[in-house]
Amino acid sequence: MNLYTKLFVVFITICLFSSCQERQLKLRSISGERLPIDNSIKAADSLEQFILPYRNRVNQVLDSTLAYAPYPITKSDGKLNTTAGNLMADIVFEQANPIFQKRTGNQIDFVVLNHGGIRSVISPGAVTARTAYEIMPFENQIAVTQLDGQSVRALVRFLIRSGRAHPISGMEILLDADNTLQYVHVQGRPFNENRKYYVATSDYLVKGGDDMGFFKDADTTFLLDYKIRNAMIDYFKKVDTLQPVVDNRFRKVNRWTDVNL
Amino acid sequence: MDRREFVGKTAAGSALLASGGLALGGCTMNQQKHITILHTNDVHSHIDPFPADHARSANMGGVARRAALVEQIRSENPNTLLLDAGDIFQGTPYFNFYGGELEFRLMSKMGYDVATIGNHDFDNGIDGLLAQMPYADFQLISANYDFKNTVMDGYVKPYTIKTLDGIKVGIFGLGISLRGLVLPELYKETIYLDPVETAQDMSRILREEEGCQLVIALSHLGHEYRNPNIPSDVLLASQTDNIDLIIGGHTHTFLERPIIRPNRRDQNVLINQVGCYGLYLGRLDFYFDSRNQMKSDGVSISV
Repeated sequence: MNLYTKLFVVFITICLFSSCQERQLKLRSISGERLPIDNSIKAADSLEQFILPYRNRVNQVLDSTLAYAPYPITKSDGKLNTTAGNLMADIVFEQANPIFQKRTGNQIDFVVLNHGGIRSVISPGAVTARTAYEIMPFENQIAVTQLDGQSVRALVRFLIRSGRAHPISGMEILLDADNTLQYVHVQGRPFNENRKYYVATSDYLVKGGDDMGFFKDADTTFLLDYKIRNAMIDYFKKVDTLQPVVDNRFRKVNRWTDVNL
Repeated sequence: MDRREFVGKTAAGSALLASGGLALGGCTMNQQKHITILHTNDVHSHIDPFPADHARSANMGGVARRAALVEQIRSENPNTLLLDAGDIFQGTPYFNFYGGELEFRLMSKMGYDVATIGNHDFDNGIDGLLAQMPYADFQLISANYDFKNTVMDGYVKPYTIKTLDGIKVGIFGLGISLRGLVLPELYKETIYLDPVETAQDMSRILREEEGCQLVIALSHLGHEYRNPNIPSDVLLASQTDNIDLIIGGHTHTFLERPIIRPNRRDQNVLINQVGCYGLYLGRLDFYFDSRNQMKSDGVSISV
């Protein structure tokens, strides 16, 4: 090997070595996907075994049939009122009013809940205590507040502005096509700004949850010590079949087809 | 599958890499490393699969299935992280009966590495969260909840760094504003800090001071809102830099694939969220190599 060849080999070696020294790991590519968790995956036995005693205990308490749902009951099957919302609000009215009346001598005028508080659908078939847990997993109890006319007006404005089907019962709100209020009826009579109303709702909302600020001006709040979920379970025990419908309690007149008579 | 390809800059792709990124393992011609990130969000105590007659999610979900899938992916690539973006609690009777104990125990058994805190994780109060900490073998992180005046002080870190095959992965947590969403008597003196400012600080610390090659925001802010000023993952991406990936939650947004948004320096940020209830597992694979660059700093993204 001659000198030039030797020098060349040394030169190349140094080049290679130094380039290796400076070589860095760089992010070259990213791929992303979502993997469905479905029944094509065989469940891990060890976890199944671990869950089993917990599951057995829960099922024992929850899975006896209480009522029957002939069709899906959801919070998305109407624009301003829905089957699930109407069912919830009507249950709160029906279950809470006798208790409230017995304790205070007064009647609940109407119910307002929050659309976001309905956490599941009721699938057709058997309705159980589990169904109530799925729809109403929270521990909220029924609260009845006394609101003056101005606060009720603020409440109605909130419902209109939100554009969501917040569940109501005992109240009827009609809007025209550009969201202007046509009328508000409470228990079938026109809303009277000069009187006070007893409004049943959840303690979560009374305490300012979901930004329902009008409750902060409540004169008096009665906590019924009756969980919304338990009201549902009691109602399910009482009836055979759940048949809530989307109705006229909160709606908007369609300018062209729905003449308001 | 309908996959799309993107080439562009990412924060990681154009950052100067610290020591962990040097190919020190001798003069191999092309060293390659592969990091897998798996994630869930808003599982909401869904431990059992949905029943076959469920109106919306029949036969989907189930922790024991998720565990099997995670185990399989880990056996293929041990350099895998498993993350959760919050709202672990609330949604099935398991939570009402056991207060979150089973959720945390199962996440520990599945080998979750890191989770952030969602609004519903306060549902049994901050004391209710503390009560389950003995069952959490994973790290809870939140950079914008200050717990120093609460019982959770010391249990939650702003960020954590995981080193996988020599690659430093920095992960910081972000939570949503609790006012109006959670009753004050539940979150007590938890202080909420501005998530965008916090994220900018955290990502700079992780990238520049800690030398992370991958920076992940684990967020329970929500994907995107009609009011664009409300902090969201999409807003976060556009107003920060140094973040490579935002894993989101809260809005139960079912993204079929991660979305890509430019950050404030026009580098690509990936944002992902996999709906809720453990119906899906999100998966992202990051490939690093030491191949000489022929032309650009581009990172190819196929989603």
